[in-house]
Amino acid sequence: MIECKVDYLKRIIEDVLKVHGNHRSSLLPVLIAVNDKIGFISDMALVEISKQMDIPIAEIHGVMSFYSFLNKKKKGKYVIRICRSLSCEFKGKNRIKNVIMRELGIGVGETTDDGLFTLEETNCIGMCDRSPAMLINDRPYYNLTPERAIEILESYRGGKII
Amino acid sequence: MSEKIKIKIDGKEFEVEKGITILEACKRFGIKIPTLCYHPDLTVAGICRICVVEIEGMDKLQPACAYPIDREMSIKTHSNKVRIARKTNLELILSEHYGDCYTCVRNGKCELQKLAADFGIDRYIFPSVTSPKYKIDNSSHAIVRDPNKCIHCKRCIRTCIDLQQVAALETANRGHNVQIQTALNKPISEVICINCGQCINRCPTGALRAKDPADEIWDAICDPSKFVVIQTAPSPRAAIGEEFGYPPGTCVTGKLNAALRRIGFDRIFDTNFAADLTIMEEGSELIERLKRKLVEGDKSVKLPMFTSCSPGWVKFIEHYYPQYLDHLSTCKSPQQMFGAIIKTYYAQKIGIDPAKIVTVALMPCAAKKFECNRPEMRDSGYKDVDYGLTTREMAAMIKEAGIDLHDMPDEDFDHPLGLGSGAGLIFGSTGGVMEAALRTVYEIVTGRPVPFKDLDITPIRGMEWIREASLVMENVKPEYKFLEGVEVKVAVAHGTANAKKLLRRLEEGKLDYHFIEIMACPGGCLGGGGQPIPTTPEIREARARAIYEEEKRLPVRKSHENPEIKQLYEEFLGKPLGELSHKLLHTHYTPRGKYFLGEENVL
Repeated sequence: MIECKVDYLKRIIEDVLKVHGNHRSSLLPVLIAVNDKIGFISDMALVEISKQMDIPIAEIHGVMSFYSFLNKKKKGKYVIRICRSLSCEFKGKNRIKNVIMRELGIGVGETTDDGLFTLEETNCIGMCDRSPAMLINDRPYYNLTPERAIEILESYRGGKII
Repeated sequence: MSEKIKIKIDGKEFEVEKGITILEACKRFGIKIPTLCYHPDLTVAGICRICVVEIEGMDKLQPACAYPIDREMSIKTHSNKVRIARKTNLELILSEHYGDCYTCVRNGKCELQKLAADFGIDRYIFPSVTSPKYKIDNSSHAIVRDPNKCIHCKRCIRTCIDLQQVAALETANRGHNVQIQTALNKPISEVICINCGQCINRCPTGALRAKDPADEIWDAICDPSKFVVIQTAPSPRAAIGEEFGYPPGTCVTGKLNAALRRIGFDRIFDTNFAADLTIMEEGSELIERLKRKLVEGDKSVKLPMFTSCSPGWVKFIEHYYPQYLDHLSTCKSPQQMFGAIIKTYYAQKIGIDPAKIVTVALMPCAAKKFECNRPEMRDSGYKDVDYGLTTREMAAMIKEAGIDLHDMPDEDFDHPLGLGSGAGLIFGSTGGVMEAALRTVYEIVTGRPVPFKDLDITPIRGMEWIREASLVMENVKPEYKFLEGVEVKVAVAHGTANAKKLLRRLEEGKLDYHFIEIMACPGGCLGGGGQPIPTTPEIREARARAIYEEEKRLPVRKSHENPEIKQLYEEFLGKPLGELSHKLLHTHYTPRGKYFLGEENVL
């Protein structure tokens, strides 16, 4: 079983390297691509990238830890990132956060049991003029109200994303 | 000739070559600029902002260490703007440093502490760290990491990644969560660290230090049932004086012996003796390899042969090039050979139970602490070397005993095992092992001394990163006929980054040397990770000079002419590469590889 996983990882990383090349400067695009394909970068994947790109593990570890959008652990299918910057704070981001926490039954940094949602906070996502705002994976949602937030979660649960 | 540029520093006019940094220019003209993240051995980072200066016409202050002089400019090095900025930067750094100076190993020798004193800091302007936040990493035999004292100057990282190309350390996280971490944030004993200790030697604070066994050694000295023997390596004697105010490059061999005797060591032996022993074994191994390869065509014999004296280098090759471990000489390092000889031959000779003997090794090295704890280093039936002690730790022990080296008379080592040849002494400098080996090998094979004036094999001396030489074996003795006319090619490299260059050439099949000396640390042992701080290029050269000058004065300058070595072979070992030698003086290596997995190794 483990072997299969390693082979699967190797194949994915090889494919990614075919696109981006294995020069040092490709490290970040490679990490993003692997993160997108698998959802997170495990230690095993990190070591595999280190082998195939000939970059020390410590250096990749350092780069990974710098970017919060590169996941070290398996997360939910949908990662909700609520903006915690000033504008959103003033426009009531905490109300949105509380309602989502209640609705999903999880705290910040946690994942729902069904593996569907992970809740996180993020620094500014550039939506200050339409705050409060949040991201679900790559999609921004703004001018949020508690009702709107629940509606959005429902749409993800039902598979018809709004 | 590079272009000259006129500059003004603090109103005075100077002329410099285009492209040198402001810091270099100021240093040249005797103008002192305070620095912190800058280190002469390392790449420039420009991150601490302690060396900022004002350049006329520019609004922002610029770091002197990172600003190349590219045009005519007027620089102010201590205007009020500069002074206030530097002080604020320092205060900000202090606000993140857990500075419990009394209990810090670097108390009195800390660069941050010195800066704070120089700047007249008498209180914390910003909030200070009042209790430690992070756990101390105590996992390694050699290196202790205390992240609380770290100020993120990244000298250790630049040492580890750029200078040594080991890459055990890297910056992790960001903002004020930044930390210097190992790969996957594992304990340093579990990652690819070669224990060279170069990071310790460059750390401005006490965030990195060697693991100090002084307490255990004091206990052993004060225990009447223990017989405590110390061997002292060639490099500490050329450097320990620095800890007592002697200028770099002062050899204090005799005074050190006296101090060690006052401290209470029962016997003081010279690691140069064991270095001579290493040359006997390693030289014979080289001749043996040449014979099997050249005469018998034995394909299993690997050439070039690499030296194995440097434990940092040994661990480096175990991690990064395990496929070439067969190239490594099977000889133990002098430290380990000595330990094994003390607990067998010497114990028998003076009739002491080896279980009661405690062997201490005074070394310029952090990796020696790891080496003596290797599980395979117990060939005497006991732990061959009990403790590795660095030059810095020895100096602290001497001071703790209330001894000042200045007051000590010159005393000799104890004999036997206390006579080392000049060849053994130069082990302390890069190129020394090779020079010692050539002196012996050439003479064994031809019956004549090496064809260099005064035995000084100058082509392999110096501080060039990689040096090479060749020696034609002519008119050899009948038993070495197979070497007649053979041009023995040798190379010397220091610093693992340069070792890597040679190994890459080996990978490409472009390495036609027979014998290669590699030392993990820049400058060889004299620039080791256990040596006094600071160690700079100038200090390394001064120490090397001291070693070569002392070498000239020694009565015996060839390992095979050391009478105590002859005695050891006659009374105990038999002959080089003999059965007993193989048991006690040779070892094997562990292929470690450079990849490992963290705990979350699942997909």
